[in-house]
This record gives sequence, structure tokens and C-alpha cells, in this order.
Amino acid sequence: MSDLADLTLAEASRGLRAREFTSVELLEAVHRRAAMTEANLHAYLTLDRDGAARAAVAADSAFKAGTDLGPLQGVPVALKDNMVTRGLETTCSSKILSGYEPPYDGTAVSRLRDGGAVIMGKTNLDEFAMGSSTENSAYGPTRNPWDPDRVPGGSSGGSAAAVAAGSAMVAYGSDTGGSIRQPAAMCGIVGLKPTYGLVSRYGLIAFASSLDQIGPLTRRVEDAVAALEVVGGHDPADSTSYPGPVPDYRSGLESGVSGLRVGVVTELNGEGIEPAVQEAVDRTIARLEAAGATIVPVSLPSLEYALSAYYLIAPAECSANLARFDGVRYGLRRLGENVEEMMSNTRAEGFGPEVTRRILLGTYALSAGYYDAFYGQAQRVRTLIIRDFQAAYEQADVLVSPTSPTTAFPVGERTADPLSMYLSDVCTIPSNMSGDPAISVPVGLDGAGLPIGFQVMAPALGEPVMVRVAAEVERLAGFDARARFASSEVQ
Amino acid sequence: MPVDIDIAKVARLARLALDDEELERYRQQCEVVLEHAARVQALPTDGVPPTSHPLPRTNAFRDDVVTECLDREEVLSQAPERDGDYFLVPRILDEA
Repeated sequence: MSDLADLTLAEASRGLRAREFTSVELLEAVHRRAAMTEANLHAYLTLDRDGAARAAVAADSAFKAGTDLGPLQGVPVALKDNMVTRGLETTCSSKILSGYEPPYDGTAVSRLRDGGAVIMGKTNLDEFAMGSSTENSAYGPTRNPWDPDRVPGGSSGGSAAAVAAGSAMVAYGSDTGGSIRQPAAMCGIVGLKPTYGLVSRYGLIAFASSLDQIGPLTRRVEDAVAALEVVGGHDPADSTSYPGPVPDYRSGLESGVSGLRVGVVTELNGEGIEPAVQEAVDRTIARLEAAGATIVPVSLPSLEYALSAYYLIAPAECSANLARFDGVRYGLRRLGENVEEMMSNTRAEGFGPEVTRRILLGTYALSAGYYDAFYGQAQRVRTLIIRDFQAAYEQADVLVSPTSPTTAFPVGERTADPLSMYLSDVCTIPSNMSGDPAISVPVGLDGAGLPIGFQVMAPALGEPVMVRVAAEVERLAGFDARARFASSEVQ
Repeated sequence: MPVDIDIAKVARLARLALDDEELERYRQQCEVVLEHAARVQALPTDGVPPTSHPLPRTNAFRDDVVTECLDREEVLSQAPERDGDYFLVPRILDEA
């Protein structure tokens, strides 16, 4: 590979330790790539050149001193702009947080710094992570590196586009209904949503607290595993953080799928899935079977209601969480005659249309007289979804489906019709409802040359078996996005 | 199932100062989404307990030790308006 910006994390990690190049050189290569691609892609909201340069110099000194802080030491990493970074502007792509410089680092961010990562900057997202296309950003949309007329997916679209284009080696995002996996699929990279609670949410600006989870976007499955290891593990600052030890994800990566039962979810395959996507998924399933896996069809009948339940639960939680943006302690303030008017004016001006819509939906779903019919019923449906998953995992070790029903869609196609946008998360939402881990792995291209993602789901804390299958999917697919971006076509 | 939202009331509860045209647009969009969401009511759930959290945990305690807290000056530096060590807001109570 001639350009350091095209290395996988594992390759970069090895090269840095073998002293083939320095962290400063690696950062320069990735910055050069960003300079070439940013005008078209707009993956970043903020590039912290000084901070990154200091971190790269520090990493090189550590390597010289023989200090090894882990797989991200000296590696350029991008963060979705809903992860708070001390003193570095954090906007959630919202006008309401324009200019906000947080007084602390989130736990995942602290762990990255402690692990010697080189934090390059903050990536674009749908405002407050609400959206599936990264078009709902107050600072303009991000474009797909495979076709700039198309969306990169969302809401972690900036993180996905940066990793795909080589303007970051690793990125982190958050996944509430598919916001890591769906953009990863649309940009031809790997996206991993861990088990709920495995990565601390302290310092992740909350959208829907019972669904939100931080995870990595990378070029390879083994890179996602390494990137998860750095940020995962219990954190007393997050009361929902999983208290047990972080499992050993790595040991199964080379084990293959022989003897494993792979469940094909009836409700997430076939109907409503673009033919080219379904064909690529079916081909992958056939390869897994040829590699020794047992394929079993499984049905989770309540998934038919997962999207409906999600669009009650997520807005309900969002309406409560976003009450904190009131013009008092940080961010935008618009004047009013009294404090209530000040708050109402501030929020009306500060929030964009999608966020406003979800706050209204959630407020309605939680309001007196409607609570039980909407929010209460959605919570009971959530129980049924969890029970369906538990029954399915009696029959199968992992479950598989497309990550997204379609490949990347054209910019502007779905912005006027919220429901059509929401439908793009139909395959990813179930794992958020159940709190289980899921990963998207690129398996090929459609007729228009756009990447297709394959989703592997596992029961809670089932990351080891999930990444084992994902690694085999990756090997069998033999898909390498770098061929596309190593050329100068990127401009 | 048709859904009928009193959107002005909902906007007031959510502290969003929207004009009539915006209210009408959001009412229509929210009703479309809620009609889809209302499908959950078709599923029988008698005796099914609600799930508020995917991995149930109660009372996560930490050790009762003093830890660092946020720097007051750094926190207050982000305030839209301050008065010394206080956040400043418009009048809360009507004049007597």
C-alpha cells in the first residue's frame, strides 16, 4: 500500500511498532487525504490540527520509550460530534450547541486519550443523531465517498465517510436505531454496535438513553474488535454500564463458522429488501453454509411492530433528554419577556425540523391520556421483541439479515417524507430494542457500484461469537473498499 | 387508526415557540408517523410487563469516595449569561 492513509488499523499498529513510519507521518498522510476529500465529502465539522499534532508527537515519544498503551497508540481517530471533548467544540450538528466547549471528556474519549489515540476531530451527524442520512445537520450534509450525489447513511455518516475515504483510520459513532451499522453498510466499511452498557455513555450527549450505544467504525472486523477493547468496560459514572469484565473477543477471530448455527430472520429478509441487496445477502449465507455453518430459518413475529414501537420509545426518551437544552447553562439563548418565553424561543430557533418533530412526537406519546396507549404499549411490545430474540437464540448462535434494505440513496430523496426515512432502519432497530450486539460487514457492490452491508446479530454479551462469524463473512466476501479509494478518483 | 393531535398544546408542553404555519406542518407530519406507530396497539399484550431498559439493573452504587468534580470556571464559561458564580436567567416570578 503506497499511501499510509489506506492502511487498516492492524497494519498501522504493526507498522508503528516496527518503526516503519511514525505517528506524525501517519497523521500527515491522513490529513493530506482529508485535504483532498473534505471539500466534496464534508465528513468533519471540526479538525483539531494542533491537538492531533501534539498527540502524534506524544505517541512517537512513547514508542521510542518502549511504552505500549494499546492498539490505538499513535493512530488517527475521528469522533462523532455527540461525544463530548474537553475544550474542543461539540455541537451535535445543532445550532443550539454552536460554540459549545465541554468542560470534560466523556469516558470513551478519556480511554482513547489514555490509550494514546490521536484524536483528529469531530465528525458530522444528523442533528442529535436523529436521522439516517446525515442530511439533518445544521452545518450541511455529508456526502457518500462512493458517489457524492448520494447520502453516506446516518446518523454517524461523517464517521463512516471519513473511514471509507481514508481521512480517519478509525472512527467512533453512536447507534440508537442503526446509526453505526447503516452508514457503515452504505460506505462499505465495518460498523459494530456493542451490547447495551458495554461502552459507557458518560459524555455521549443523550438521544434515547435506553437505546444509545457507542461503537467503532473501521475497515476490518479485527480493527473493530481492537477499537472496542480500548473504550469498553465498566464505568461508575454511567449507572447503566455493564459491571462485569470485558469478554475476550479476539480469540475466535480465526476460528471459522464450522459447527455454528446461523439463523436467517424471516421478517428481515425478502420482503421490502432491494433485490441486489438480498442477492448479496443470500450469496453470503450460502458461503457460510459451504464453510460449515448450519443455516436455520428463524421467525421473530413481533419484529413487524419493532419500527412502530421504536418511533414511540425513541422520541419519548428524546423529548425528556433534550429538555436540558433551555438556554440557561450552555449553548444558544434567544431573549424573551420571561424565563419560559426565553426557553421556548431558544429551543424553537436552536433545534432543526427533525429534532423538533421528534420532541413533539415524544411529548405527545408521554402526555396525559395517551401515555398508556402509546408509550406504555410500545414498552410492552419491546418485551415481546426481547422474548422473540431469546427464543431465536435457542435455535441459532447468531442471526443474520441485510443491514439496510437499500444501498445509499440519492441526496434529498427522503427528506420530505419522514416515514420513508425511518423505514431505512427497519433491519437495525430490533437489536437496539433488545440491547443485543450487532455488526455490519461489507460483502459486495450493487449494479450501481454501491456497497452492500451484511448484518450479524448475537445475544447480549455475544460479541465473541458475533465477531467470529463476521470475520468469516469478511474473509468469504473478499471485499476491499480500499481499491476504490487508493486511487485519485476520490477527488 | 386516525390520530388527532392538539399540536399547539404539545408545542407548549415541549417549550417550542412555533408559529401557526409550522404548527400545521408538524401536526400533519406527526399524525402520519403516529398512525404508523399506533400499529403497536394491534398486538395483544395482556399480562406482558413493560421494558424500560434492555438489561435490567437496579440501584447501581459506586463507592462513597470524594472524586474530582467539574471546574466551576470552565462550566460557567459556557453560560449564555452569568453573574459571577451564577447562571443568569430572565425574571422567573411576576412582579407582586
